[in-house]
Amino acid sequence: MTTEAPPQPAQPAEKQLERVTIRFAGDSGDGMQLTGTQFTRTAAAFGNDISTYPDFPAEIRAPAGSLPGVSGFQLSFSSTEIHTPGDAPDVLVAMNPAALKANLGELPAGGALIVNEDAFTSQNLTKVGYAANPLTDGSLKQWNVFNVPISTLNGRALEGLGLTNKQVDLTKNFFALGLMFWLYERDMAGTVKWIDDKFSKRPEIAEANKRALKAGYNFGETTEIFHERYIVPPAKLAPGHYRNITGNEATALGFVAASKLAGRDLFYGSYPITPASDILHQLAGYKNFGVKTFQAEDEIAAIGAAIGASYGGAMGMTASSGPGIALKSEALGLAVMVELPLVVVDVQRSGPSTGMPTKTEQADLLQVLYGRNSDSPVAVVAPATPGECFQFAIEAWRLALKYMTPVVYMSDAFLATGAEPWHIPDVADLASIAVPNRTERDGFYPYLRDATTLARPWAVPGTPGLEHRIGGLEKADILGNVSYDPDNHHRMQLLRQAKIAGIAADIPPLDVFGPSEGDLLVLGWGSTYGAIRSAVERLQATGASIAHAHLRYLNPLPANTGDVVRAYKRVLIPEVNLGQLSMLIRAKFLIDAVGYNKVRGKPFRIAELEAEADRLLAGRERVEENVAATPLPKRVAAPAPTGDAG
Amino acid sequence: MTETTNGARSTNGGNGAGAGAAATSELPVLTRKDFVSDQEVRWCPGCGDYSILAQTQKVMPDFGYPKENIVFISGIGCSGRLPYYMNTYGFHTIHGRAPAIATGLKAARPDLMVWVITGDGDALSIGGNHLIHSLRRNVDVRIVMFNNRIYGLTKGQASPTSELGKVTKSSPYGTIDFPVSPLAIALAAEASFIARSVDTHTEHLQKTLEAAGKHRGSTFVEVLQNCNIFNDGAFRDFTDREVREDRMLILENGQPMIFGKDRDKGIRLNKHQPEVVTIGENGVTEADLLVHDETDPLIAWMLAHLWWPDFPVPVGIVRNLTRPTHDQMLNDQIAQATTARGTGDLKKLLSAGETWTVE
Repeated sequence: MTTEAPPQPAQPAEKQLERVTIRFAGDSGDGMQLTGTQFTRTAAAFGNDISTYPDFPAEIRAPAGSLPGVSGFQLSFSSTEIHTPGDAPDVLVAMNPAALKANLGELPAGGALIVNEDAFTSQNLTKVGYAANPLTDGSLKQWNVFNVPISTLNGRALEGLGLTNKQVDLTKNFFALGLMFWLYERDMAGTVKWIDDKFSKRPEIAEANKRALKAGYNFGETTEIFHERYIVPPAKLAPGHYRNITGNEATALGFVAASKLAGRDLFYGSYPITPASDILHQLAGYKNFGVKTFQAEDEIAAIGAAIGASYGGAMGMTASSGPGIALKSEALGLAVMVELPLVVVDVQRSGPSTGMPTKTEQADLLQVLYGRNSDSPVAVVAPATPGECFQFAIEAWRLALKYMTPVVYMSDAFLATGAEPWHIPDVADLASIAVPNRTERDGFYPYLRDATTLARPWAVPGTPGLEHRIGGLEKADILGNVSYDPDNHHRMQLLRQAKIAGIAADIPPLDVFGPSEGDLLVLGWGSTYGAIRSAVERLQATGASIAHAHLRYLNPLPANTGDVVRAYKRVLIPEVNLGQLSMLIRAKFLIDAVGYNKVRGKPFRIAELEAEADRLLAGRERVEENVAATPLPKRVAAPAPTGDAG
Repeated sequence: MTETTNGARSTNGGNGAGAGAAATSELPVLTRKDFVSDQEVRWCPGCGDYSILAQTQKVMPDFGYPKENIVFISGIGCSGRLPYYMNTYGFHTIHGRAPAIATGLKAARPDLMVWVITGDGDALSIGGNHLIHSLRRNVDVRIVMFNNRIYGLTKGQASPTSELGKVTKSSPYGTIDFPVSPLAIALAAEASFIARSVDTHTEHLQKTLEAAGKHRGSTFVEVLQNCNIFNDGAFRDFTDREVREDRMLILENGQPMIFGKDRDKGIRLNKHQPEVVTIGENGVTEADLLVHDETDPLIAWMLAHLWWPDFPVPVGIVRNLTRPTHDQMLNDQIAQATTARGTGDLKKLLSAGETWTVE
């Protein structure tokens, strides 16, 4: 903290806002994710509704000051219920020219722009192709610019601590955070405590970060460049106990809860892959919950070990992202064949191949449903919000154990890393999970099915008298011996399919938000929930006949899905893929569903979905430019074959 | 935490090493017949696999595990059928992945005795990665690899142990791939038990499988096995009854490396190189011979590379070390964390970190 007595500035005016969206942007080494997370925690603990969108590069440390190295964290906090991290920021904090250049296009005119002017050196400007300094050449006129010499001020605040220039520079994100805390009248105590805990063994670093934070706050207090401070009152959330949670955190907690509710140990086999690894990191710390984690040599071993654990009576599971799911496909088919409980998490990311590992996408749906040899049905669930990840992790296990089947749990990068306030459930309210456990010798056959669920018995090694052999070869119905009988194979294919299809009777019907019939239904799945819900709310407020339904079960679909989609004149299906759910809905229900498909590695904006829904409601033609980023090249027709090739 | 793993656990099931053996006195005495399943054995007549199956069934009663606590896991290939013929729990999995599946099973169920049955293609080609990593982790699983130097089930293609230049269906002009030494791979992967035997040497095979079954930790046994259909006589030059004593070296821990019908030949180190010498010639005595040490990595490395006709082919236990197993260390960490932090409380876990209440 600076020691000189603060001058008495004119008190800035206070202005109350309903909702604010801030984007912190800087180098990937600048600590922008941490800055955003700290502001999020503070806003959440204050009682705002929040939604976040961390957007970072795959490179851990791209060249300093370069465009590919820009890391951003957008958060929206509000005094009313919100569903998305905001279409566009109200405030952009840019720590260098690269961050400015990469993000300025998304800052609406009139938006606030807080920049670290110290970073706008000719070298940094040249690196990203600025011919002149935008802070001084008048090109930022349409925005409300606040030039702050963050590096200089922060360096001064940390004088006397004996730190290197580099160490000092690493704390400047907390100066920016402190300034934002001042601007939005937030309490720093939570972050101060976090710093003390995090750097408890390095008191000089803790002190430096605290000084940086307070210097930023005090700068807001003493400077006169800000004429207003903003208050976003707490939101009126449902009464209860809350915490801030990301999708991956809720997923990990859900699996631990499922293990407790079923009374079986969790075995988690996994190979590191973005954006699923955080689930492994978190579960690895829960050893006193009996959770066994296994960092396998590859994706195949990860699912293989999980199948082995399930074969032994534990709750075997694995997680990955698209490329890893591709590698696990053969083993997933084995789990279908041997009918063992298994949960596979797919935290989807942009593809194909390595794609954009840190960016979101929903394009693994068909891979998960159909990406295996033969007809190989698995149950598929997909939570819609970070908080729902908890509930569906438990649900995935309920289905896996009850139906003796692999269940794929689909998340994505946006859901996994985005955060929202989570109403912590009362453990007593969580239903226990029944676990099949065959020990009776009389009448035991490995493939004798339960009359209701069609599940085969779970007879685990160690059970006397039930010694039997299973495997990937086709099994004789009931007996479970290897069988090449044609009729038996056909029957077993039908049985496997019927078992999964039967789950439809055991899941909630598809719920509709809005009128139960009308002009337009917007149907979605997964992380598009927030943007769709907000767009539909806006149009409903204008009196439009529009409803929203969101699928949490992709296989089987809820039993009433066909009735729901047929009850509206049009059905719009927005997806961050090129039309996978659309294809399924069109094929299954023979309706002319319209897709809205953008795969930019980013979540949808509310405004674009609102515009598309509005277009359908008004019966206007689609303007292709609204869908494609830039028009594709006109295809040149190949010369017609002459017929005398060779 | 293991007691919650499995509600169906046998009362004899204990925790880790020696669990089954400890219960021997309470068990009915089992015989080979108890381990024969009701399934008809369907390997080709004359296949070396019959002998391996018979010896495996024969040694099973010796370990003191109730048969419900024994699991056979296999991959794909002719060897992969073996679990169907064992009256224990069995899992015929997918190509190359048996060690991975066994790793998960053993982690979840330390009380089980787990065997992996595999072949040279299954273990060294498609499943090479899993083999290496299960061995280096010292997963308490006995891996028995049938090496016939050919792909049999797919009808005769070259395998990773096929000799250079071998003419097969997939290599009509001869293979251009150098073969690997399975023992050298197991050694590089830090298996804690490595041995070799031969399908037709039933007594030696039985002894070797018995030692493998008693080991705790990653166990790799290479069985030289004849495929009389696609690679007949692959090892005949040194395994045939008339020549085997002169062309194979039976390893005994702590004993000099002596071989030959007349017990007059041995292995001696000449500087860094092994050489075959005759006792009594050129002043060579037994004291000059190399003494086998199952804990010495350099001796093991050398043995992994001795092959006929330059050297006798070593069989027996090449390496045998005591190390903590993967499941022991995994469960120790769980026990330690539970002691230090108490059994996990879900309510506390869900409410961890910064929370707030909305009235």
